Amino acid sequence: MEFIYYFGDVFSPLSFALLLGGTIGGLILGATPGLSPTMAVALLIPFTFQLEAVQGLILLGAAYTSTVAGGAVSAILLKIPGAPANIATTLDGHTMAKKGQGARALQLSFLASAVGGVFGVLLLIFLTPVLAQWALAFGPSHLFWLAILGVTVIGSLDSDSVVKGLLSGCIGLWLATIGFDDIMGAQRFIFHPSLGGGINIIAALIGLFAIPQVLTMFAKGRKTQGAEVIEVQKHSVGKAAGELVRNPRALTIGTITGSIIGLIPGVGGQIAGLVAYDQTKKFSPDQDKFGTGHPEGVIAAESANNAMVGPSLVPLLTLSIPGSPTAAVLLGGLLIHGIFPGTDLFDNHPDVAWTFINSMLIGQILMCIFGLYVAGLAARVAQVPQSVMAAVVLGLSVFGAYSVQSSMGDVYVMACLGVMMFFLERYGFSAAPLVLGLILGPIAEANFIQGSMIANASVGMGPYFLGGPLNIFLMVVVAASVAYSVWTELRTRKVQNAVEVQS
Amino acid sequence: MMKNWIAGAAVALMGLTGGAMAQDYPDRPLMMMVSYGAGGATDFQARIVTMTAGNEDALGMPIAIINKPGAGGRVGWNWFATQADADGYTLGAYNVPHFIAQSIKGGVQYSTDSFEPIANWGADPAVFVVAADSEFNSMDDVVAFAKENPGKLTFSGAGLFVGHHIAALQIEKAAGVKMAYIPTKGGGAAAMKAVIAGEVMGGVNNLSDAFRAQEAGNVKILGVADLERSTFLPDVPTMKEQGLDVDNSSVNFRGVMVPKGTPPEVIERLAATVPAMFENSRVAKKMKAGGSPMHIMTRDEVIEMWAAREQTLKELLAGL
Repeated sequence: MEFIYYFGDVFSPLSFALLLGGTIGGLILGATPGLSPTMAVALLIPFTFQLEAVQGLILLGAAYTSTVAGGAVSAILLKIPGAPANIATTLDGHTMAKKGQGARALQLSFLASAVGGVFGVLLLIFLTPVLAQWALAFGPSHLFWLAILGVTVIGSLDSDSVVKGLLSGCIGLWLATIGFDDIMGAQRFIFHPSLGGGINIIAALIGLFAIPQVLTMFAKGRKTQGAEVIEVQKHSVGKAAGELVRNPRALTIGTITGSIIGLIPGVGGQIAGLVAYDQTKKFSPDQDKFGTGHPEGVIAAESANNAMVGPSLVPLLTLSIPGSPTAAVLLGGLLIHGIFPGTDLFDNHPDVAWTFINSMLIGQILMCIFGLYVAGLAARVAQVPQSVMAAVVLGLSVFGAYSVQSSMGDVYVMACLGVMMFFLERYGFSAAPLVLGLILGPIAEANFIQGSMIANASVGMGPYFLGGPLNIFLMVVVAASVAYSVWTELRTRKVQNAVEVQS
Repeated sequence: MMKNWIAGAAVALMGLTGGAMAQDYPDRPLMMMVSYGAGGATDFQARIVTMTAGNEDALGMPIAIINKPGAGGRVGWNWFATQADADGYTLGAYNVPHFIAQSIKGGVQYSTDSFEPIANWGADPAVFVVAADSEFNSMDDVVAFAKENPGKLTFSGAGLFVGHHIAALQIEKAAGVKMAYIPTKGGGAAAMKAVIAGEVMGGVNNLSDAFRAQEAGNVKILGVADLERSTFLPDVPTMKEQGLDVDNSSVNFRGVMVPKGTPPEVIERLAATVPAMFENSRVAKKMKAGGSPMHIMTRDEVIEMWAAREQTLKELLAGL
């Protein structure tokens, strides 16, 4: 209960002003394509040089919280996921926006983000010591199985058929092998210098999601301009809140999956949203509605990716190990003020530690308030004529891809992947499984190689990868997930066959 | 009105192209390329040591940091060697032994001849760490175990052909033992996590990160791979003191360089100003607070250090 004593510090005039500034700034940065939470926090670090440690961290914490949520804005309205965390949000969110329900989608996403986010920070406050042990429990073999679990999701994610989903997943896995390999020192598929560092995930995301859309808009030409003006439906915040309460399943699954997965160092943030989305879909009676603008999809994805924020800081704050790229940047922000995370932080600088954590708690709520305020305005984006919209999205895409690491190479990569995806989409493939392959490939590969190196030097491959309760548990979950996919596929086939026979 | 505007643009353009004149150099902000991501140790230190560049007694112009991460630094250094303008406005941060080891192993477009060093700001030695509850209490224990169980002692480090890997090779060579080096993806932090979580029996890591982990009570530091003990860790003996012939080849030196072809008068100006800029007391305070050891070297000293490193690394990596 120690944290309550430090609530006052958050509300001192300068701190609160920074909190407000960080939240609003974070929402804007988050909504800008290409500026991931990691980038946004890194950009703000130089500003904290002049501030006290506590104030600097409040600014960074607020920015982290709200950029994660802000990513939903471009994901829903422009179909450009700002970071891997927002991929799942585009699936249903953008479809809703196209139907004129952008305001509703944004309201739901901010409310769900706030609920997930507050839960995540509360976990950070009350369960940090327990969670730290859990974060350490995942070694290479467990992370390998976890990545495989992610692969089993690929088939069922947003595709016409399991086969097409798996095929796009494979393309993603192949793309992930491009570049220098840090573990074996090998070079793979580097045909051009700009591929040396591999495919940058943010540039790939922008290319795969936004560019096909731009091309489709251009392909339609100007003739349909008048016919397609979408009526933006107004939606009250109260109604959105009610809807959230009526969908406890999506909210619960999203929040819990997000907080558990967010904890695992090196994996968490990127796949939390997608796994939560998939789980919610599997447990939902309206499976068919997912991908067609179903509010449950938005709720699950957004509650998961904000629930991950609090737990993702556990390894950093307790063990001084940054578990995610953003945590690594925050570590820099702490060090610059001479504060070492770990026991030192909580014992000798409790004012810094708790004020920082409290500010994230309040930041979640402020983020929600401002987010809801802009939701109504932002949804009008759908009224912009398509020809203008295409140009704007293309401009933002180029800007976003370039800004990740100030490299034109990333822009070329984005453009190539975008054109490729445009044609793949025509044949019923979709971008989400491809991206999941791109994210999971390196995790599975690196952990398998590392694990096998350790295994060969110690107990041997068999016991290392197949033994131990956590390995066995994860394997059972993998088997269950595969079995479930096979079962649904067979069932739908039976239904289809029956329909065909009747007709 | 329009004419004025065009004239102004023309003047600005001339300023851009003719800016390398030594007298008025620098007359616009500089940029420094860091080949690791924002928030990493190199980036973090680069931002601190360049924060006083705008002062009148330094360059009088600010330095902006541009990150070009990827492939263990190769992406950034490839760009710097082949595409960066050699006009004195594009600086780069180097990490030794990383870029030298990479150029020896091949597959990159740079070598020590592609760059002109300006000054060195930091030196972060590699240390050998074990988990706090490990049975090892000195390098002797580690070597004894490795002798009894050849190839069985697993220890982590941040990737191949980086300081950690060099230190690992040197320790194995000095002790005459075979151990299992496990390179991690995700840098020193992932390697440290593997040690703390008990996935590996030990690890090579940065002194600054290990110091922090020891303060947090998570690891024990058994030895420093440097010529002298560190001021941060006065109680931890060097490898040499423990009978292992390991020099400072694995120490991660960080500093500033420019591409080959930069005008000599510009190099001269930078080489005279930059070391003094690093000596600024504000810089020293921030570096110390972050647990980052400083080690300022002039251009001539760095040229010598690069040559010596290249020699040692060629011998060490010849067997791989």
